[in-house]
This record gives sequence, structure tokens and C-alpha cells, in this order.
Amino acid sequence: MRYSSNLKQKLQLYKRRPGSFIVMILVIGSALTTFLVLFFLVLYILSKGLPYITPSLFSLRYTSENVSVIPALINTVIMTFLSLLIAIPLGIGAAIFLAEYARRGNRFIYVIGLTTETLSGIPSIIYGLFGMIFFVTTCGWGYSLLAGACTLAIMILPLILRTTEEALKSVSDTYREGSFGLGAGKLRTIFRIVLPSAVPGILAGIILAVGRIVGETAALIYTAERWPRFLKVYWNQDGHCRYTCIIWPTKGCIWIRPMRRQLYYWSSYWGSIPCRQQWLKK
Amino acid sequence: MKRGEGTAKWIFTAAAWTSIGAVILICVFLFASGFPAIGKIGVVEFLTGKIWKPGNELYGILPMIIGSLYITAGAMVFGIPIGIFTAVFLAYYCPKKIYPFLKRAVDLLAGIPSVVYGFFGLVVLVPWIRSIGRGLGLGGNGSSILTASLLLAIMILPTIIGVTESSLRAVPVQYYEGALALGATHERSIFRVVLPAAKSGVVTGVVLGIGRAVGETMAVVMVAGNQARMPAGLFKGVRTLTANIVIEMGYAADIHREALIATGVVLFILILILNIVVALLKRKERS
Repeated sequence: MRYSSNLKQKLQLYKRRPGSFIVMILVIGSALTTFLVLFFLVLYILSKGLPYITPSLFSLRYTSENVSVIPALINTVIMTFLSLLIAIPLGIGAAIFLAEYARRGNRFIYVIGLTTETLSGIPSIIYGLFGMIFFVTTCGWGYSLLAGACTLAIMILPLILRTTEEALKSVSDTYREGSFGLGAGKLRTIFRIVLPSAVPGILAGIILAVGRIVGETAALIYTAERWPRFLKVYWNQDGHCRYTCIIWPTKGCIWIRPMRRQLYYWSSYWGSIPCRQQWLKK
Repeated sequence: MKRGEGTAKWIFTAAAWTSIGAVILICVFLFASGFPAIGKIGVVEFLTGKIWKPGNELYGILPMIIGSLYITAGAMVFGIPIGIFTAVFLAYYCPKKIYPFLKRAVDLLAGIPSVVYGFFGLVVLVPWIRSIGRGLGLGGNGSSILTASLLLAIMILPTIIGVTESSLRAVPVQYYEGALALGATHERSIFRVVLPAAKSGVVTGVVLGIGRAVGETMAVVMVAGNQARMPAGLFKGVRTLTANIVIEMGYAADIHREALIATGVVLFILILILNIVVALLKRKERS
């Protein structure tokens, strides 16, 4: 986009227009800030965390002396798998409907677009609350992998739907016409012709979704996790905060230290609530 | 054969309904569990009460609302200019050779989970702000409005950069060339001609960023201090709506629990309003 002129000309131009010069400095300064912060962040976490990745970190038993990441890792894998199992068929099905069956400009499409946008804008803590009210309490599943996976499935649904729809739409219409011309039905065309050519796009969406599931915390605390364990082994059990675990195994002390005051506050608080036993029994 | 086709169509239609169903379910269950508590506490007392003391049956979420607003506003103050300038850099200044590299870096920034940001804030930003606060004689232990604002500003950067950059690129290049031809400098052409033309896209990016900042939970919990009282200063701690839910939900019962869900409802309504704004902006952009 830049129209080249030599440095001397440029400097002369900026001399005449100091305002432009200041703006240029601001632009370059902002960009530098952004990327320096990013590189610092990534390098800091890697440099502090990588040395702690040792074989004992992956031992099969989780103890308070050796905070193994294995339970968290396994739970994360199961959780990811389960939520994908729920979300992928729904997301791809909905995308097929939007891209292949619905007429363009249909009101229904508009409403679906609106709801998927709403869903993707909802913060994860709201998903967590909803999961707690609906899956954990109303459905009676309790704090479980299933409740967590269903909550996450709703959360990643818009992501999978959107990327799949884009991928399907980018498949050229000549493919479909060719398939119809050879006598294939609509269903066969979709599954044999359109879907296979859209696979890379769909996979990209699924990978994004996996990234979101693996990094998710707030939506899982009150759906897949119980509070006492949450206090005790905040970072390591049951799939919370996996990245931090993996990258920073000494997390326990580092996290707990600033949290101690808060923990004390919590524990004193517990005593002051008469109905807490009743709540725990529920 | 024909019959299979019909069934398949119904299955796909049903799948398409799930996103609508999910939104309806979320609304119904959140509102049904949250509104009774607001009714019991009283709408005015709940929304404008300055004291949150569940032990004394005092449920006023004004401190949390103000806290969320302050932190979001702070994140905007740092995030919007840096985000927009960086987007301009990517679209108009960046040498072609390093562009893919920087673009990927922005994507990476968007993909980092919020707990990792929170952790970074906890071990880097908090001590830093603490020493600045002590140096200025303002006190505070580092977990503060300022810390949370800075961290959120970093977190919303990719959203603002991404949307702004794509809307800048959507502006016809003739606008820029025309401005240059009229004798404007590179900067003047961009900021007086191209940026105004991309205005609705930029605003959309900013609103999406606000949505992300308001709804952010784990990172904020780790750096904001979380004291449930009215904000006392830039270097003093504050609690947000999201933090209130995540901190107390674990041991809350009865009306306390309902009040927390009601906090979630307030947050949800805020987010819905922001979503509607985005939808309106997009519609305006299209027409």
C-alpha cells in the first residue's frame, strides 16, 4: 500500500507537517508496544515454565508434594472429546441446513445468524451459570464431566457452525451441479461431494474450538468441578487451567500464596453461613 | 431414497434450531432463577445498594457494576488507541516481509486462554503496579483497577486490531490515493479519509472489545483485588460482576445464591445490549 519515496524527501515532508510526523510516531509506537508486550508475555511464560517440565510432573499419582498434571490432562482430553462429540454433529448439521437447504434471505436464517452471534458474545461465566442451573441442578447430573461437556458444547457451537458454513459456502456451485447432473440426490451430493471438499475449513473450525475448550476455565468451575476440590487443588484436578499446569508446574505455591488471604476469608466465611451443610448435602 | 432425503432435511433443520433453542434455554433459566431474587431484594436495593454483605442479608451490587464499568473504561482508554494505531500500522505501514509474522502474532494473542493472561498479570503486572503505587504514595497492594485495566487492554487488543484492520482493508484504495493526490500526507490520508470511511467497522471492533472486557472473569479475578466495596482509587482493589459470581458461588446458598445468579442476569443483560448494538452496526454497514 505504501507509495515509496526516498528517505530525504520523506523527512522534508514531515518537517513541513509536524502533525503527520507525530501521528506516525504514535502509530509505530503503538505497534511496537503491542508486539513487545506479546513477545514478553510468551517468552516470560515459556522461560519460567519450561524448566519445570520434568518426568515427575507426569507421574500417575497426584499428591500434594508432587502436583502431577496427569489427572488434569486426562480430564481435559475426555472433556474435549465429549464436547466435540456433541457440538460437531449439531454444528455441521446446522451449517448444512444454512448453506444447502435454506433459501437465501430467509427470515429463519437471519434469526439463526442473530442467535449464533449472541451465543458467541456471551461470556463464559454466564455459560457456567447456565450450566450450573440447567445441567447440574435441573437435569440433576450433578458436577460431572457430562454437565461440563454439554456446557462447553453450547459454547463452541457458534464457532463450529460459522466456520463450517463458510467452508460449505466456499465450495464452488459447479461441484453441486456436476453431481446433480450425474444423477446424485441432494443428500449424496452433500456427503460425497460438498462435505469432503469443505473438510479443511471444517477442521480449522474444530481446531479453534478445541483451543477454546482446552483454555476454558470459568464455564467449568460450577459445572464440572466441586468447590472443596476447587479450593484444595485449584489448578491441577479435573481439568482446570491446563496450560498453566503444563507450563508452570510449581503453580501451587505461586497461586496459593497471593490467595492465602482470600482462602482465609473464604474459610471464615464458611462458618458464618448456617445453611452451608444443607447446601453441601444437596 | 426420496424418504431419506426428507428425513435428512428435518434432521438438519432440527440441528439449526439448536442454537435458537440454546439461546432461549439460557434466557429462560437465567431469568427464572435470577428475577425472583431481584424481586425479593427489591430492584432498587439490588441495583443501587452500595453494600454487599451476604452475611447480613445486604445485597447491593452497585459496587460491582461500577467496578466492571471502571475496569472496562480503563481497558478502553489503553486498548482503543493502541489497538486502532496497531491496526493502521498493520494495514498501511507494515513492511510486507514481516506482515505474516505479525498477523500470526496477533492471532496468537487472541488464542491465549484468559487464565494465562491472569497468571501473567499476577506475577508481572501486580508487583509492578504495587511498586508504582507505593512509589507515588498511593498505597495499594498491586491488585487494583489499574492492573485489571492494563491486563484487559492487552486481552482486547486482538479483537480491536482484527476487526479494525479488516474494515480498513475494505475501504477502496482510491480513497487513499485520492487523498494523496490532493496533497495530503500519508498520515493525513489515513486518519482523515480512510479511517472515517471505515468508522462503523472500527466501532464494531470497539464494542466487541467492550463485550469481551465486561465478560472477562478468570484474569480479572486474579488481578483486581476483589474487595466488594465502592472503588476507592486507581491503585485500590475492586470487584467486578463476573468476579462476584465466580468467587462466592461455591459456598452460596438460598437467597445468596439467587442473588449471585441475579448478578449474572445483570451481566447477561449488559452483554445482550452490547450484542444488539453490534447487530445494528453491522446492519448499518451492510445498507
